[in-house]
Amino acid sequence: MSSRLSDSWCSRVSRTVPRVVITGLGVVSPAGQSVGDFWPPIVAGDSAIRPITLVPAEQLTSKIAAEVADFDPSVHFDAKTLSLMDRFSQFAVVAARQAIADAGLEEQCGLATATIIGSGVGGQTTLDESYKRLYGANATRLHPFTIPRLMLNAAASHVSMDLRLGGPAFAVASACASATHALGQAFRMVRDGDVEIAVSGGSEACLTLGTLKAWEALRVMSADTCRPFSRERSGMVLGEGAAIIVLESLEGARVRGARIYAEIVGFGMSADAGDITLPDANGAARAMRAALRDARLEPDMVDYVNAHGTGTTVNDVVETEALHRVFGDHARRLAVSSSKAVLGHSLGAAGALEALVTVLAIHHALAPPTANFLEADPACDLITCPTKHATCRSRPPCPTPSPSAA
Amino acid sequence: MSTMENEIIGMIAKRVRSAAPAPVTLGSTLDELGLESLDVIEMAFDLEERFNIEIPFNANNSTGPAFKTVGDVVSVVRQLVQSG
Repeated sequence: MSSRLSDSWCSRVSRTVPRVVITGLGVVSPAGQSVGDFWPPIVAGDSAIRPITLVPAEQLTSKIAAEVADFDPSVHFDAKTLSLMDRFSQFAVVAARQAIADAGLEEQCGLATATIIGSGVGGQTTLDESYKRLYGANATRLHPFTIPRLMLNAAASHVSMDLRLGGPAFAVASACASATHALGQAFRMVRDGDVEIAVSGGSEACLTLGTLKAWEALRVMSADTCRPFSRERSGMVLGEGAAIIVLESLEGARVRGARIYAEIVGFGMSADAGDITLPDANGAARAMRAALRDARLEPDMVDYVNAHGTGTTVNDVVETEALHRVFGDHARRLAVSSSKAVLGHSLGAAGALEALVTVLAIHHALAPPTANFLEADPACDLITCPTKHATCRSRPPCPTPSPSAA
Repeated sequence: MSTMENEIIGMIAKRVRSAAPAPVTLGSTLDELGLESLDVIEMAFDLEERFNIEIPFNANNSTGPAFKTVGDVVSVVRQLVQSG
């Protein structure tokens, strides 16, 4: 018995760890509702932050946001399906359909495919409308599908149902890191052989009066625009959207002749275990070091970092400090940019939209700029792509994936 | 000292966290009283609710009111109440 266990254990540990590659991309974002439309404004630094239209601006102090403009759910869903879906689930399913089609997996996904979708706040539109009925209009009842619409895992469930993905389907919630953590779980499930394929990313539709007023109350919102790492930055701007990525083993992708955009080689996470809002450079540095360790990469093998870069006074300084600690002298050779000046901050979806930017940066060997950048801040001295079309030193990952981390 | 001053000092005093609290005066800095950034944000909310004013205070914006001392807070609230 013990001998058999031992043999089994030996065969498991000696097995080559599968490599995990990205073969499908989908997006519904303020910068475009397809990957083809999304990339040009990212590269050009054309901000999608505009005067807000989804809620009455007269009730807001910060009257701007990055909205998914002209999104018509009736184009994508029939009335019966729509009655079950909050806006954040609609975004997720539309992006997931794109990603699966892009991967050429429409007929091949099945019971061994996981669906892991990050979201910070879930069905806020449903919540806002429901409470308005109760408290504002003194309604005595709510719509019967209020709960299935608003639950945080609704996007994951709808993607799973829509595409018939029968593996594990769940949400990951960790505020602005939700989608990044979702992608990390998906990466590890594929690498560990738990599933053959994972459909993962994040979705958020948080531009409701309740959410916007709550963010205003935290006094971190800009009334100007989002200017990450710029001396003139005045806070964050909310956005919305979804990005979904298809992950699978390199072996499986090669067998079916799939196009490979990039390889995920490592993932790391940490908690500051400190303040609920104030970020700590040590926590961010530990997450980056864990990712490098997992990938078996030295810091000087990294070319580009897509930063969180919210445009708040504190975040951008702390993040710069964390990059200095992890990358040392190499930090000054990194290309660093933030996509939030174009996309706004879509909370639990941000990590997926920015992972998409990073995948496309590797795919096109081009580090996108930080839009809205004015003057350099000496405390944020690593932003190396403030101008348009800065080229990156990334090695083209196709057709043979090479190590890349962000 | 006016009633408003006394009331604001009382509201701030309730937030003092330092181990050996000194008396809260108009010259006390919020920093030496141990108020952290979230305390200041919550204090601004309390003052807005109590005096029915809008304080244009943003943690990222140096153009808004600078709450360095208790006197700064009293001064900003008084101006906003009078102009309202």
